[in-house]
Amino acid sequence: MTLAVQFSNVSRQFGEVKAVDRVSIDIQDGEFFSLLGPSGSGKTTCLRLIAGFEQPSTGSIRIHGAEAAGLPPYQRDVNTVFQDYALFPHMNVLDNVAYGLKVKGVGKSERQKRAEEALDMVALGGYGERKPVQLSGGQRQRVALARALVNRPRVLLLDEPLGALDLKLREQMQGELKKLQRQLGITFIFVTHDQTEALSMSDRVAVFNKGRIEQVDAPRHLYMKPATTFVAEFVGTSNVIRGDLARQLSGNPQPFSIRPEHVRFAEGPLASHEIEVSGLLHDIQYQGSATRYELKLENGQTLNISQANVQWLDVSKQHQTGQRISARWAREAMIPLHDNVVGGA
Amino acid sequence: MNSVTVPQTPASGSPLRRFSNLLYRRPNLYLSLLLVPPLLWFGAIYLGSLLTLLWQGFYTFDDFTMAVTPDLTLANFTALFQPSNFDIILRTLSMAIVVSIASAIVAFPIAYYMARYTSGKTKAFFYIAVMMPMWASYIVKAYAWTLLLAKGGVAQWFVQHLGLEPVLQLVLGIPGVGGSTLSTSHLGRFMVFVYIWLPFMILPIQASLERLPPSLLQASADLGAKPRQTFMQVILPLSIPGIAAGSIFTFSLTLGDFIVPQLVGPPGYFIGSMVYAQQGAIGNMPMAAAFTLVPIVLIAIYLSIVKRLGAFDAL
Repeated sequence: MTLAVQFSNVSRQFGEVKAVDRVSIDIQDGEFFSLLGPSGSGKTTCLRLIAGFEQPSTGSIRIHGAEAAGLPPYQRDVNTVFQDYALFPHMNVLDNVAYGLKVKGVGKSERQKRAEEALDMVALGGYGERKPVQLSGGQRQRVALARALVNRPRVLLLDEPLGALDLKLREQMQGELKKLQRQLGITFIFVTHDQTEALSMSDRVAVFNKGRIEQVDAPRHLYMKPATTFVAEFVGTSNVIRGDLARQLSGNPQPFSIRPEHVRFAEGPLASHEIEVSGLLHDIQYQGSATRYELKLENGQTLNISQANVQWLDVSKQHQTGQRISARWAREAMIPLHDNVVGGA
Repeated sequence: MNSVTVPQTPASGSPLRRFSNLLYRRPNLYLSLLLVPPLLWFGAIYLGSLLTLLWQGFYTFDDFTMAVTPDLTLANFTALFQPSNFDIILRTLSMAIVVSIASAIVAFPIAYYMARYTSGKTKAFFYIAVMMPMWASYIVKAYAWTLLLAKGGVAQWFVQHLGLEPVLQLVLGIPGVGGSTLSTSHLGRFMVFVYIWLPFMILPIQASLERLPPSLLQASADLGAKPRQTFMQVILPLSIPGIAAGSIFTFSLTLGDFIVPQLVGPPGYFIGSMVYAQQGAIGNMPMAAAFTLVPIVLIAIYLSIVKRLGAFDAL
């Protein structure tokens, strides 16, 4: 299997700040790969390094086997969908989409045909004559996508493309992007700070923190087996238990994570594989499909518990804040964390 | 439930308070108070006097008695098309066009550098550097240029030391461009115009380039455009409104100028100096008024051309 993009020990420094710090990633051809992290974690800089808007301070970047460091953006076989879409305001939609073909010298009738095909692909056929200002946010997003895809790149870079859309439209576009990627079979590299987005769309996700990669894994593994505290807390919500309490509960000083939905209120006798804690119910948040409870443990730590709201559960047994309550979880739901792990693959 | 007492707004307060409440309730009154004084000034004093002046263009001037009589005639306006007068118009118009084009070409790189590559203190330095020449008197600057360009002046000294004197003589020999020396040539006059109006071209172009989001340029490169293509396809079209705004300044300022044509360049009137001469030395107010109409018409034509080219679409 060829690699679409390969980072070997890549760093990018801005003055004193290391935006990207010794990052190594292998992105497979045809993969939907997400770069996930909070703002300022280096994920966007990595994308810009692939696009060629930034050059690495050290390290090597290979795109389909060829060294890309030093190449300007216009000599790379990758295209970008920008966060602000970056549509040319003085051109109509068709000219925007045909732009990449025009600058490469493709003839007028050919590029018109291909641009119209690309617009059809994003369900915007017949919008060619409009100016970008006449389109809604979601439509601009699709034009930006068509404009990038018309060049038939082998790697498509997406820089938080759904960030400006409202929730419903965003969910719809997530599905469409995923479908498009499967249909075209090209590599998508997707930058996002939204963990649900990354989990639901990607084949694999790289979690960034402070310029370094904390973990690269398939979404399921990332969620079920987070390697570090950061990943456990950033991807989904976690109860990270460390110190004396960790030793007391697991017999091991290593910190561990327990997901809120894996904790349940104590009922019946304690099974041998279960662990029980008790505390005061501090807060109850009704969230629709689930209810979140905050339990204050004796050592002051807060334990989050999430219980699915199932219709046939006895609603008369509702809990009250201030109530003393016991909660338990299965021993195998505890995920040991390794905070001394350094990033990179 | 606790009842919260909302402090009642007193129906009557100080006169100032009552007045501001009245303005708040009557936004139209507020607007008219703001707009009527400047509109009166603009309408009555500015437009009124301009129209009065233009009206005098229809008056009759007696060449023998040098007297102006309010007998209405079109003679002054038809006189504009006499060869000697029409020459003045053509000379001024062609200078205005050439100066505008040259200013745009000279200003663009500076504006581009200011907008794209400077920030903070460097940008402030450039703003001051561009605007500082405008703080000095315009007449002083024009005079200074006559000395710089004069025979034996600084310009000639440089040309001599670079061994380019034959080239200069060749250029000065071209009819319509040259003259006996740099300071009495069309070329010299052109240089002074470009120098004096340059800031009016740099600043609007810089503002238009400043508004260009960097992601547009990155998108262009990302889609495979080489820097030259990005410039021609994205940067230049999007800076056209700035160039148009700047050229409106350079074009109309050159059309109306009467000082530079007197100080630098070969003899021969410009529209501005002709108005000045007719009105001042000769006392032929009707002819001066007729000439005044020329730049107004030319600028109106120029604006409609610029508009048709779509320069204001992006505003």
